[in-house]
Amino acid sequence: MFDLTGKNALVTGASGGIGAEIARSLHARGATVGLSGTRTEPLEALAAELGERAYVLPCNLSDMEAVEALPKQAAEAMGSVDILVNNAGITRDNLFMRMSDDEWNSVINVNLTATFKLCKGVMRGMMKARWGRIVNISSVVGATGNPGQANYAASKAGMIGMSKSLAYEVASRGITVNAVAPGFITTAMTDKLTADQKAGIMGQIPAGRMGDPAEIAAAVVYLASTEAGYVTGTTLHVNGGMAML
Amino acid sequence: MSDVADRVKKIVVEHLGVEEDKVTENASFIDDLGADSLDTVELVMAFEEEFGIEIPDDAAENIQTFGDAVKFIKEAS
Repeated sequence: MFDLTGKNALVTGASGGIGAEIARSLHARGATVGLSGTRTEPLEALAAELGERAYVLPCNLSDMEAVEALPKQAAEAMGSVDILVNNAGITRDNLFMRMSDDEWNSVINVNLTATFKLCKGVMRGMMKARWGRIVNISSVVGATGNPGQANYAASKAGMIGMSKSLAYEVASRGITVNAVAPGFITTAMTDKLTADQKAGIMGQIPAGRMGDPAEIAAAVVYLASTEAGYVTGTTLHVNGGMAML
Repeated sequence: MSDVADRVKKIVVEHLGVEEDKVTENASFIDDLGADSLDTVELVMAFEEEFGIEIPDDAAENIQTFGDAVKFIKEAS
């Protein structure tokens, strides 16, 4: 089950904790992976770790010209893009009343607009192939909201609405579009939290622990698989029960 | 019939699975040939590849009939 041999997957944000684990899991199932991210060094390190079937495709998602070029570069490197995982995301947190236009725009651009452009860029190939998988990494806060994250929550909720609309349009072509909404996951970002902050978060999570990046990656592998061909327009919440949606 | 028209007709017949004699000058892809809106996008993609041209989105919107397609492609290539 869930064999991805012969499939080519483009993963954005592959230099981060969750993105790297997504790339590892897709690769372990036999997929060829295109590793995209802003920082080249961690991408090179990951490619070296994976060995064959891994390509480094640096891209700054706040540069819209670079975003438009990425699907083409990925298709040239791997032969096609059969699976797209829009995982890259940024935060620029601030209280709503203090949030600047720049803080709003930069988060919407990278998280939502770049996702739109990448989906559009891979769609032609997927339509011709009559097969494609898009997995957009949203967030629990896209569904619940979060103080200080109006921009981030809006972008993550936007990804879900966009995914559903696109899912409608391309379902008849064998292409599925889904979202995965992680809760609190152990990454470099959450390592920085204090013990008190962590205790506060744990109180909200019925599972009593943070999630592991591998648990997000497993959800992505499932949605990317041939076996999940009848699953489209859905959001898979992976959050230890902190929001049961 | 010109070469362009023949090649366009072949694409339309193959893609939409319609009889060749239904593909007339004024045949509308959507109203007469059973295409849905996504089919029209795919037809434009196929025309672009067959003729090595680029059809901008605003032009693509005006390609409603077989005749429209042939006319546009002749002018563009």
